[in-house]
Amino acid sequence: MDLTQTLEIATCTDPGMVRSHNEDSIAADPANGLVVLADGMGGYNAGEVASGMATTVIVTEMRQILANARPYEIDQKNNQEVAALLLREQVLKANSSIYQAAQSQPQYAGMGTTLVVCLFYDNRVLVAHLGDSRLYLMREGKFRQVTRDHSLLQEQIDSGIITAEQAKRAAHKNLVTKALGIDPTVEPEIHEYPTKPGDIYLLCSDGLCDMVEDEDIGMTLHALGGNLKLAAQQLVQMANDNGGRDNVSVILVRVLREYPGPRGVMAKMFAWLK
Amino acid sequence: MAKLILSMDGLVLKEIPLTKERTTIGRKPHNDIQIDNLAVSGEHAVIVTILNDSFLEDLGSTNGTIVNGNPIKKHFLQNNDVIELGKYKLKFVGEAAPAATGEKADFEKTMVLRPAAMKAAQAAGAGAGAQAAVAQRQAAVQAAGASATAAGIADKDARSTPAPAAPSAAAPTKPVQPLGAIQLLSGGNAGRELELTKPLTTLGKPGVQVAVLTRRPQGYFITHVEGDKRPTVNGQEIGAAPHSLKDHDVIELAGVKMEFFLKA
Repeated sequence: MDLTQTLEIATCTDPGMVRSHNEDSIAADPANGLVVLADGMGGYNAGEVASGMATTVIVTEMRQILANARPYEIDQKNNQEVAALLLREQVLKANSSIYQAAQSQPQYAGMGTTLVVCLFYDNRVLVAHLGDSRLYLMREGKFRQVTRDHSLLQEQIDSGIITAEQAKRAAHKNLVTKALGIDPTVEPEIHEYPTKPGDIYLLCSDGLCDMVEDEDIGMTLHALGGNLKLAAQQLVQMANDNGGRDNVSVILVRVLREYPGPRGVMAKMFAWLK
Repeated sequence: MAKLILSMDGLVLKEIPLTKERTTIGRKPHNDIQIDNLAVSGEHAVIVTILNDSFLEDLGSTNGTIVNGNPIKKHFLQNNDVIELGKYKLKFVGEAAPAATGEKADFEKTMVLRPAAMKAAQAAGAGAGAQAAVAQRQAAVQAAGASATAAGIADKDARSTPAPAAPSAAAPTKPVQPLGAIQLLSGGNAGRELELTKPLTTLGKPGVQVAVLTRRPQGYFITHVEGDKRPTVNGQEIGAAPHSLKDHDVIELAGVKMEFFLKA
């Protein structure tokens, strides 16, 4: 099912005001309703390599698989939806690719990347994430964070050691507890949410949410929701105006209309003929 | 290493390095920091230091513990926090970036803290005491500098990047800039004035013609958002890129004229 007419996608990525190169990678496959954002880490250019591998592996593998699979079908073996299984599989594949590259080539030792992936299908969105790259949702004028960071800071907030207010000033914002490519295996956090026409989803690297208050991000989406491309540029510009200490990447996805998965007899016939 | 500077009436009495995992403060002699003053309870407060972070906790003292003017029960100490106990003041000075290793840690770079390393670090902090914790931390920083994964921390960058002077300075400081405003020159609300205090203000009619005025450190800009017609500034239609606004520029948008000006 081609979602090009269903989803409006705008992306923007920028090295920021301080760093010389951009270790973030973004990728979008509008036809398959897939968007991927990764924020790499590692010496020299290894961060770019890790995040680039993550987005490339996930997008190309998912594209191949989605050409023949229907994500909303139930897998007979473990009674789970195909989409979640497939997405998890591709994230693990990206993980081992990065891990093996890091193991085999000394210049890539220790590289890794955060990740946030959204797969839109059947009036739903499947979200997988690792680390501190985030997904936000703007729905009916309300703006909220969907993912919870895998970071030391978030763990400290959860356990009540510090408040969210103190967290904004904390020194160790940069420590993530989960990432892709660091260990031989990883367990991404995967959730599924129903979507509504008019929703705007924002995927971003920490370069945005560390520099721009959530309130201001929400206001920008509210004011510039009519022009996604401009909204994406405006968000990056706001991060840079506030100092731009890290690479900034944003992906905006607007759901234009309903997109139920084809389930009728005709769809089955069509799938069978293919 | 983090330390406390004890002072009274602006006079520095002594410096106390936070070497122990628990540093107790109180009037009785067995405290690590003894303050012999009746306003201070026998066991007044404790500072728990784990690796690089210090937490202050009031131990149910009679007169309470005040940090930066606010009474607290538990507080995550930040550089330059001032703890008040009666007439005494304790200033918390956070750990400076470790210079011994030659390589300095970059606090902005994202790093991975693997659970195994974290547990080891916590165990070291809790069990073997502060010295082990400090050693652990230095090892971790060294490893980060050398971009090695052995210690469990993968650094994003092997370059020797100067650390920011103080992590708390990371908060963006917005330069003072003159406040802009627009005054409507035509239409039903002619004469009305709108101050541009927000980072962005949208103008126009949704679905017909919308523009946004953005407030940036460089000044104010107008950008076309939606609609077939673009707004004009001083009679000239603006392009797709943000257009810088100057004092007394006249904007025309959705049939309404307005003047942009800077307030003194």
